[in-house]
Amino acid sequence: MAEINGLGKSMKRKEDARFIQGKGNYIEDIVLPGMIWLDIVRSPYAHARIVNIDTSKAAKIPGVLGFITGKDLEKYNLHWMPTLMSDRQMVLPTDTVKYQAQEVVGVLATDRYAAADGVAAVEIDYEPLPVVVDPFKALQPGAPKVREDKDSNHIWHWEAGDREATDRAIRQAATVVKQRIYIPRIHVASIETCGCVANWDPINKHLTMYMTTQAPHAIRTVIALVAGHVGLSEENIRVISPDIGGGFGGKVPVYPGYVIAIAASVLLGKPVKWIEDRSENLQADSFARDYHMDCELAADGEGRITALRIKTIADHGYTDAAANPSKYPAGLFSICTGSYDYRTAFTEVDAAYTNKPPGGIAYRCSFRVTEAVHAIERMVDILAHERGEDPADFRLKNFIKKEQFPYKSPLGWEFDSGDYHAALQKAMDMIGYRELRKEQAEKRARGELMGIGISSFTEVVGAGPSHQFDILGIKMFDSAEVRIHPTGKAIARFGTKSQGQGHETTYAQILAQELGIPAEHIKVEEGDTDTAPYGLGTYASRSTPTAGAAAAVAARRIREKARKIAAHLLESAEEDLVWEVDRFYVKGSPSRFKTIQDIALAAYTNPPPGVEAGLEATFYYDPPNMTFPFGSYICVVDIDRGTGQVHVRRFVAVDDCGTRINPMIVEGQIHGGLTMGFAPAFMEQIQYDENGNIYGGNFMDYLLPTAVETPRWETGKTVTPSPHHPIGAKGVGESATVGAPAAFVNAVVDALWHLGVRHIDIPITPDKVWQVLKAHGAAAEE
Amino acid sequence: MIPPEFDYVAPTTLQEAIAVLEQKPDAKILAGGHSLIPLLKFRLASVNTLVDINRIDGLSYIREEGGWLKIGAMTREADLEHDPLIGQKYPLLADAARTIADPLVRNMATVGGNLAHADPANDHPAVMLAYGAVIVAAGPNGLREIPITQFFTDLFTTALAPNEILSEIRIPAHKAGNGGCYQKLERKVGDYATAAVAVQIHIGANGVCDTAGIGLTNVGPTPIKAAAAEQTLVGSKLDDAAIKRAAQLAADAAQPQSDYRGTEEYKRALVKTLTVRALRKALERARN
Ligand SMILES: Cc1cc2nc3c(=O)[nH]c(=O)nc-3n(C[C@H](O)[C@H](O)[C@H](O)COP(=O)(O)OP(=O)(O)OC[C@H]3O[C@@H](n4cnc5c(N)ncnc54)[C@H](O)[C@@H]3O)c2cc1C
Repeated sequence: MAEINGLGKSMKRKEDARFIQGKGNYIEDIVLPGMIWLDIVRSPYAHARIVNIDTSKAAKIPGVLGFITGKDLEKYNLHWMPTLMSDRQMVLPTDTVKYQAQEVVGVLATDRYAAADGVAAVEIDYEPLPVVVDPFKALQPGAPKVREDKDSNHIWHWEAGDREATDRAIRQAATVVKQRIYIPRIHVASIETCGCVANWDPINKHLTMYMTTQAPHAIRTVIALVAGHVGLSEENIRVISPDIGGGFGGKVPVYPGYVIAIAASVLLGKPVKWIEDRSENLQADSFARDYHMDCELAADGEGRITALRIKTIADHGYTDAAANPSKYPAGLFSICTGSYDYRTAFTEVDAAYTNKPPGGIAYRCSFRVTEAVHAIERMVDILAHERGEDPADFRLKNFIKKEQFPYKSPLGWEFDSGDYHAALQKAMDMIGYRELRKEQAEKRARGELMGIGISSFTEVVGAGPSHQFDILGIKMFDSAEVRIHPTGKAIARFGTKSQGQGHETTYAQILAQELGIPAEHIKVEEGDTDTAPYGLGTYASRSTPTAGAAAAVAARRIREKARKIAAHLLESAEEDLVWEVDRFYVKGSPSRFKTIQDIALAAYTNPPPGVEAGLEATFYYDPPNMTFPFGSYICVVDIDRGTGQVHVRRFVAVDDCGTRINPMIVEGQIHGGLTMGFAPAFMEQIQYDENGNIYGGNFMDYLLPTAVETPRWETGKTVTPSPHHPIGAKGVGESATVGAPAAFVNAVVDALWHLGVRHIDIPITPDKVWQVLKAHGAAAEE
Repeated sequence: MIPPEFDYVAPTTLQEAIAVLEQKPDAKILAGGHSLIPLLKFRLASVNTLVDINRIDGLSYIREEGGWLKIGAMTREADLEHDPLIGQKYPLLADAARTIADPLVRNMATVGGNLAHADPANDHPAVMLAYGAVIVAAGPNGLREIPITQFFTDLFTTALAPNEILSEIRIPAHKAGNGGCYQKLERKVGDYATAAVAVQIHIGANGVCDTAGIGLTNVGPTPIKAAAAEQTLVGSKLDDAAIKRAAQLAADAAQPQSDYRGTEEYKRALVKTLTVRALRKALERARN
């Protein structure tokens, strides 16, 4: 039998041949005849009135063709656009700018250089207006108002759980710990910035939109809804998302640049390219996180957790342009009760407008799950320390037990499966937890600072079941269309869109397992709305839980038809056939068989009477529940008392994502995810001064770790398949990003707890650690 | 991140290059380009002509001659990093070269450019202050020697005349009893120093320190020579008390400002810590 590279095989990624040889096809690679370049003039102010825009000097620059302003778009009612969260966002301002680096004027030119010179030559007079950057201040009476079209800076209030019961439980608890935890504004900083080529064909009234989007189908519908009134009709819109150099949630939103490019193409009747530079990407594209969380966690006299209360202020910038499912303004933050067994919780979030760019996207995180996990994993550690209990033992005592699944969480989720004890125990064994505690005690006696931090996270991914999850009313199913060719090879298309996750390989392996066709011979395509079936795209670890499931179910439908054809070919009854790897054989006589290749050929050359020709299926998968990946991470740090530097000595990550399709890809996702958890824990942050000037708008200031800073990752696994997913898989793209930050902070605080330190907000910089050491009399005098 | 328009010339001799500088006072030398090109791309600088000196032969060398280590201005950081002579005898320079930027930048960036740029955040200025180096400048009237203590006149400003090209750096040649060390704290590879300390000492046969150089990186508007700290070491046996005294004087000499790399207080404390560590290491190396 042929090697089919089905589930569990670490086959090399099919897409890598082109990526590692520089033959990927990214937006910047797309060059069309007669193409025009768009570049954008941006606001130097965080809040200002536009007094005058003078383009006369810029117009004289050779190659500059023209300009697009908010006033131009206003004529077509395209100067504002809706956000996914039922708010609205400027495409270009007609009156005031709301954040530094906001788009103000589009400059069109015959080449990229002329466009940049044009941008530099546009002269704009601004009248600065009062700025508010702190969300707490923004919510106070009398604060400068960010939006003229709103009553106040308060956007919405959201809550979940039982307020009274939680208040009561916290009042009655033996121990209550409280902590304000800030998880700062960060940026996905994908290697490829955002961009597009908009190509309007005036004769056929057809728009082809090549763009960096994680959700091409949804974007097509959004374009049709927003610009239907100016003649863009959905059958004449084709969105093509070519290779994407990293998305991480940052390529879900519709940015003004895309819309300006479309408008420019329609006005000029020529293709228009827009590519952000690095600073534009960091300064203006959607941010992530920015949650200020007041947390309280309570326990009884035996140290059993009894209740959790979190009150959060969410900084959304000048508009709510998050990309959450419509019914979830605070995303899936209600996963914040964590991996622990208790019945009472209450959480509320108030969202504020400030003079900063919008966002609140799910940066490699299923909608605010990182914030939630950070809060609970920090609080559990604080509570354990406060009670003088070992943080590992405290967790083991409070975990939901294996027998309790499916487990109804106090904030309404049904955790499908889990074995939290096994994952933590495995991590403890791998790292040698008890010995490390002994070493720590010895070191502490010598005045050396060593810490051990644990994070035992539970995620909620795979949005999602149609009764709860939609975006702009469109249900969050996803799709697979599978066609088998006469020679027994296949093409499969999906509503999702890989940005580096390896879908071309993973999906092929699922289909190989189900159909017996070698994964090498299954071509996977995504990203072209003219060819792929509708779907809501790739983010929030949803591709495997939704489209991956759709692939399995579509393949099983094909196999049912294949059984009919095989029965016909083998002149036997369907129920007498047995499926094995790549063939049906007659029960009891394995030498009488037909392979999937024989069957595929017959589907076109010799179909059974009364059975339609061909061998294909399309399936739209509506998941019955979310999946709940989990894991336990343990980190060991040493702290330099002279410089405040934290050295991550070891990091063990035990992940449970259910069935592992391609273990090598899973491993890669975890390595990358851990690094993206390390980065905000120690380095990344976008900050603003009181005037709204950004700090962190380029890679000299916005710090990404290199291989040198990145710790060495030690990975392990447990496998608890999802009971409701067709192949038991759970989604793994984000576990590590979500779970890792708390492990780092817990380790650093663990090293310093005996000095009286209770918490340090991320990013934990050397300067910050040194200040803490100094404040607690522990900075080394050398 | 697209620079404004500029002219470009690529002379093949120093004389030609100097002639262009004389004709076009706003022209700028292009060496490795890793400080200048970013400035142009951010449109923080505009230049009418770039004079590329990469095609001039004979500006890249590392050799000992006449009591000096001579380094050609166009020597790349990567060459310093991998040079066996420097690895064996000039540990301060070797330490510094390894911490400058990242390997990609080091393949292009030049020692001359690093000094001529006079950025107090650059690493070579403090290193050369610690060594007591001499800068050689080529101008219309030939060569001129400038002691390093007179080279950095202000932020991004040097003693080079607009028509002069930095052609060589001279460091006193290694002798027995020399020891050096560079201690730099950076937030990540490729970042400039939060603070860094360069130390070069000489220990006489009697175990007493007879020369000491200490340079500080990125804690002031120019690279700083910690003269009082140097003086306190000379004549001492570099015992713990002397090292701590010097570290305190170095910290006092720093003029840091609070920024996102750290507060003023932190940076000053860092200078102290790093000076202690650099001196201990330099002493260890001097004794070996
Ligand atoms: C990402 C990044 C990180 C970096 N990190 C560090 C770091 O950690 N430490 C550090 O020290 N540096 C760092 N640098 C700077 C790097 O080392 C520079 O390349 C160096 O400072 C300048 O050298 P260059 O050859 O590139 O000079 P260029 O950029 O070509 O020139 C710089 C300036 O010096 C002038 N100049 C150059 N050569 C001469 C000459 N021979 N005579 C007269 N004038 C001349 C030029 O006209 C220009 O004004 C970093 C750079 C980058 C891009």
